[in-house]
Amino acid sequence: MAILLSRRSNLLAVVVLLLCQLFLYATVSSSGSVLKQGGGEEFSEELLLKPFPDRKVLAHFHFQSRAPHSSSHGRHHHLFPKAIAQLVKKFRVKEMELSFTQGRWRYEQWGGFDPLSSNNAKPPGVELWAVFDVPQSLVDVYWRNLTHTLSGLFCASINFLESSTTYSAPELTFKPSFGNLRYGTLPREAVCTENLTPWLKLLPCRDKAGLSALMDRPSIYRGFYHSQRLRLTSSESGSDEVDSGIGLDQTLTVVLQPSSWRTGKTYSVETNIQPSWSISSIFGRNIPGKCVIAKSSNVYLQLDNGLVGELKNLERENAKYVANTFESEGFQSNHAFKISVTPDKVFEEVDNLHGKSTSVIYGFSVEKYSDSQPFDLGLTWKIPVVWSCQQAPLHASRFLMGSGNERGAIAISLEPTESSEGLPTSHIIDGRCELRVDIFQVVPWYIKVYFHTLQVFVDKQPRAMADVVDKIRVSPSKDKVSPGVMEMILKLPCGSKSAAFSLEFDKGFLHIDEYPPDANQGFDIPSALISFPSFNARMNFSEDEFLNNSPILSKFQETSPVLSYTEVLLIPLTTPDFSMPYNVITITCTVFALYFGSLLNVLRRRVDEEERILRSRAGHKAGWISQLLSRLSAKLRGRPQEQPTSSLPHSFISFRLVLKILLVASIAVTWQYYFG
Amino acid sequence: MAETEVSKKRKRPIVRLAVLLLSHSVLVSVICCTAGVFGLLLLPVLAKNTYISENALMPGSASSMLSNQEVSEANKLIKELNNLHSNPLGATTESHGIIAKYMSNLGAQVNNHKFHPQLNQFHPLHFFSGPDSGVMQENSTRSLYGINTVGIIRAPRGDGKEAIVLVTPYNAVKGGVRETLSLGIAYSVFSLLTRVTWLAKDIIWLVADSQYGEYAPVAAWLRDYHTPAFSNLDSLNTETCHVGNNNFESKISYGIRRSGTMAAALVLGVAYGNENEDTLGIYAEASNGQMPNLDLINIVHYLAVHRQGLRVKVEQFHWLLNSKWVKSLGEVFESLGKMVKTLNPDWKLGISAADYVEGAATLASSLYHQALGVPTGPHGAFRDYQVDAITLEFSLRISFDRLDRRNDFLLHGGRLIEGVIRSVNNLLEKFHQSFFLYLLTSPSKFVSVGVYMIAFALLVAPLPVVAASLYAKTLDLNPTSEKDKSATSNELGSVLQSWKWLNSVKTVFVVHFWGATVSLLPYFISQIPDSDPTTNFSVWILLSILSLEILRWILVSPSSHIYGLPQGEWAILKSATISSFFIGLGLMSVINFATAEIGALLMVPMALMAHPLKLDVRGQSLRSILRMICNLVLGVISFPPATFFVFKGVIEGFSGIKAGDFWNWVESLWAWNSATYLYIEYGNIDRLSSDKRESNKDAPLLSCGMLLLKEFA
Repeated sequence: MAILLSRRSNLLAVVVLLLCQLFLYATVSSSGSVLKQGGGEEFSEELLLKPFPDRKVLAHFHFQSRAPHSSSHGRHHHLFPKAIAQLVKKFRVKEMELSFTQGRWRYEQWGGFDPLSSNNAKPPGVELWAVFDVPQSLVDVYWRNLTHTLSGLFCASINFLESSTTYSAPELTFKPSFGNLRYGTLPREAVCTENLTPWLKLLPCRDKAGLSALMDRPSIYRGFYHSQRLRLTSSESGSDEVDSGIGLDQTLTVVLQPSSWRTGKTYSVETNIQPSWSISSIFGRNIPGKCVIAKSSNVYLQLDNGLVGELKNLERENAKYVANTFESEGFQSNHAFKISVTPDKVFEEVDNLHGKSTSVIYGFSVEKYSDSQPFDLGLTWKIPVVWSCQQAPLHASRFLMGSGNERGAIAISLEPTESSEGLPTSHIIDGRCELRVDIFQVVPWYIKVYFHTLQVFVDKQPRAMADVVDKIRVSPSKDKVSPGVMEMILKLPCGSKSAAFSLEFDKGFLHIDEYPPDANQGFDIPSALISFPSFNARMNFSEDEFLNNSPILSKFQETSPVLSYTEVLLIPLTTPDFSMPYNVITITCTVFALYFGSLLNVLRRRVDEEERILRSRAGHKAGWISQLLSRLSAKLRGRPQEQPTSSLPHSFISFRLVLKILLVASIAVTWQYYFG
Repeated sequence: MAETEVSKKRKRPIVRLAVLLLSHSVLVSVICCTAGVFGLLLLPVLAKNTYISENALMPGSASSMLSNQEVSEANKLIKELNNLHSNPLGATTESHGIIAKYMSNLGAQVNNHKFHPQLNQFHPLHFFSGPDSGVMQENSTRSLYGINTVGIIRAPRGDGKEAIVLVTPYNAVKGGVRETLSLGIAYSVFSLLTRVTWLAKDIIWLVADSQYGEYAPVAAWLRDYHTPAFSNLDSLNTETCHVGNNNFESKISYGIRRSGTMAAALVLGVAYGNENEDTLGIYAEASNGQMPNLDLINIVHYLAVHRQGLRVKVEQFHWLLNSKWVKSLGEVFESLGKMVKTLNPDWKLGISAADYVEGAATLASSLYHQALGVPTGPHGAFRDYQVDAITLEFSLRISFDRLDRRNDFLLHGGRLIEGVIRSVNNLLEKFHQSFFLYLLTSPSKFVSVGVYMIAFALLVAPLPVVAASLYAKTLDLNPTSEKDKSATSNELGSVLQSWKWLNSVKTVFVVHFWGATVSLLPYFISQIPDSDPTTNFSVWILLSILSLEILRWILVSPSSHIYGLPQGEWAILKSATISSFFIGLGLMSVINFATAEIGALLMVPMALMAHPLKLDVRGQSLRSILRMICNLVLGVISFPPATFFVFKGVIEGFSGIKAGDFWNWVESLWAWNSATYLYIEYGNIDRLSSDKRESNKDAPLLSCGMLLLKEFA
């Protein structure tokens, strides 16, 4: 954790300032009239709960703050965190997203198709991307400064992203950008309360009131997935009154295990009944009413389409007469489960393209609850229900191949999921049915990827790259300067059973001080991002004024591509570990080198000396010309004499020579045969 | 003359020392060899106690969470599997289904892995290639296949970069109570681990189908895990041919599921014990003498002894336990230790005779298994991928039928495995802190590389000394003959004289080449269909003799008679052989110490003693006859087949030995790409070099005789 102390003092000042402001607000709001239009700034808080098929519950907090552009309202902010506003202004951030994640999003169990997972499933560690509103030459400088500021703001080592070896500038696949987007990840960053506290400080009510009061640290960090996210959008010179200014979306997504299952070991294999839960049992707290300065404060309960479909089937099987009523009422009082609080609103998804059942969202307003009468939503299951979440069209997994410390290969395999078989493959381009898949992958420089070794297999058969890859952008890594980036746009034929890509690499040697000072676990390759632009993760609801005011629901209605992240990979590199085995090997090898070297040296030197002596002796006798002449004459004279005597052995030798050549040739042939 | 003497005296001390060593080479070699052998025998005395070197492991610091509930769940699985075995029809498919069902009920991801047992094939040119040459043999029968069941628990908050592997070999057809019990242990741990919150690494449980041996399924799974073949047209794992009458069966995918890099692997087994307490056997040797990190053995030992009250044993040579001479040696060391203690109470060399015998038996078996290079269990497959792995074999004192006894056993076994997994889970780094190069003398004692290398170095040290002194002697010898030659003004001859070593090096090279050929021959012989080991062996011997004759005819004889036959030639040949032998042994000691040590034990005396037979026969003194006998005996003993038979005879008695055994043994060695195979080759070489030294003497004589005859004719 690299925390910049100087920044921290800055932060303290900001915090003190904010505290004063809050105090001011509390006094003002208690007088009765809530500052709804606090200088055009507004804040709303929402919570979405959703049961998962694997007996877990998702809780998704969404806090939205908006502020009009500072030029129209001066520098003063009523609700909006000043630190963020300053950051946006100073670094000219157009768009930014920062996420801290612990654990993995399980695409197979928790789904990967709905907007919730596409937007909130993030790779482990820290992910940061930002779009700047500056000329391209300045982007890197602004990025560096931004990382340092964020590092101070969130008590995390985001400042490691300033090094050019850690960030990249995607152009094709990540987001449409014009060279002013930077993207970086820190897979190993540990996420804990020290990151959550500064994040909470950006909220006007902190975790003292409203929905954020639920955030009991032990219970939210006990979960299976924990991702806190901060997203900034700012638009210069608001022509449109609604969208101008700065928007700050803070979300916290946690997947929790209802405690009834944890404490009672009575859970048995035979009964697949889902655990019943309530807000107080999950978080250990209740909602003590809304945050008073929030414009809206809502809780939603989402039943996804798989579950709704399953419930409908059950209803149909069991009692036909109930079926008529349940369409209109929703099913808050059916025989499958029971919701403890009557919902204020029920949103049903308008028939989406998939022709399947639609998901249902119950809305609860927290405004009427208070300390004396806290809001506690509970869900009690009566009968076992088994369903599955809708998954992304293809399940992507990435893994390493090979063994040893020298080389290896990265492979990405895409396999169709169960749900995608039912998907209409209506993406027909040029008469061919194709599925578009974008892959964005960053590889650190010490993994020396050979991009030319990219192999593509579709349905287990090797394919030429041009058949499948529509567009590819590769920027090879430079040692100690920049990482390797690969962006691919693929066109896979519909109905293909599997697709796989493999890239070979060499493992680099690091300089001794390039190893991090931590325990040597290995080195990480950040997650690759797989997106399916031809599928849109959005939900359609029937037009309702309420929907536009709710940040979560309006986010759900936005069109965004289906995204999924792959696993982080761990690569063991050769380590300078001067422990016993290495010492032994080094010493033994040195001894042999010495022995061998001296042996050869002795043998060779003696021969050299003798030759020199001979030469000097010959030199004493006569000059080199006469010597040459005498040698020549001797040869001329010698040959006719020796010819007859050596004729017999000569032929013998030549036969032997032939044999030798044959032997060598046969060895070469066998070698070729076995290695060829 | 005075000047040269002065210059001699002014020589540097290191040179003087070298000269001294060379002049007393016989004494030096005798002392060094004895010291080397003595050092080896002393190793059990010098062994140190093991200790857990990596602090992060913290074995046993957390109390065990495994309770009777997991055990009773495991009992359910055991009962269900045992019921299956009582009616043998269709047990194979159903048992996989049951295991998979139990795994997925726990919330684990399950998949089946189908593999063909790969017949062990010898690829002469793939000898040094890594394990990833996973090309399927075309002729491997397609109808034979096994099914592994793999369950993966994803660590709740982990990032899935690392995994710990648990392996239980299970034979669905013939699996007895033992195998279901090992499944029970693994299942109880697995069911606990699905619930715990402390997991940082994923857990993979591999139920290996052991109907084609325990090693093959694990190796096949590892191969597919690390180097999957994307383009395999008739790939196994996508086939949907499996017909299970169980509905659940169809849901399980045959695609391989992966987790991250493997941190460690544990192989579980249960054996029938006939001892009077519960014991735990640890098997650690992987291929070519590679050992897992000592810390892994240490954790298991610590937890088994101090937490679960099991007695830990490692493999021993039982025939050594009863041998008289080891016992008497132990007594000698014991009394020596006592004597040393009276001299200085701080020196703790004392070891009781019984301990010494135990240690020696364990050490010998440890050396033997490392030298042989054949892994002692399925854990060997992991070492090829740099994963530390050991096999744990539980053995019970009472029969497994009593339920309370069985529950107790499951509880203890499960807690041990849980503790080991928890320790490895604590580890942030790879295993690196403790030793990789060591020999065990008991489960809690080891000899580190720094100690055993000394014995080896002493054993090998005389080789360069003798080589150098032999060479120096021939140089001293030659000037006298050179004077005569220079008198006849043959200057070219004198230059060639000093290049003469090249000639003998060539001879050595040719012999080595022959050795390589001989070692490749079995590959071709094994292609002969329908042949039993004995004929194979005899064919091999015939072919090697034939190839030797051919090689000698082509390559050796012409050069050897050109420069006449100086007296010192055999000495140069010997020195060249010895130095190449030294280099070979030294390099082998880096690759596989145990092989080098045993090779050195066998061959150093022979290499040092070798002397032309003809000269000995001519000498007719008592000394030369003794030397001749020694040479012959040593030459016979260190001839690999002879070594094998003698060794086998000592262990198992000489009665049931067949010539084919050696062939079988060699065949098993190829299969494991053992370095011992290299040694066999090397042994052949050296044997031949020494033979050559003898026969070479004859060959030039013969050819000289032939030439003389011709001239006379």
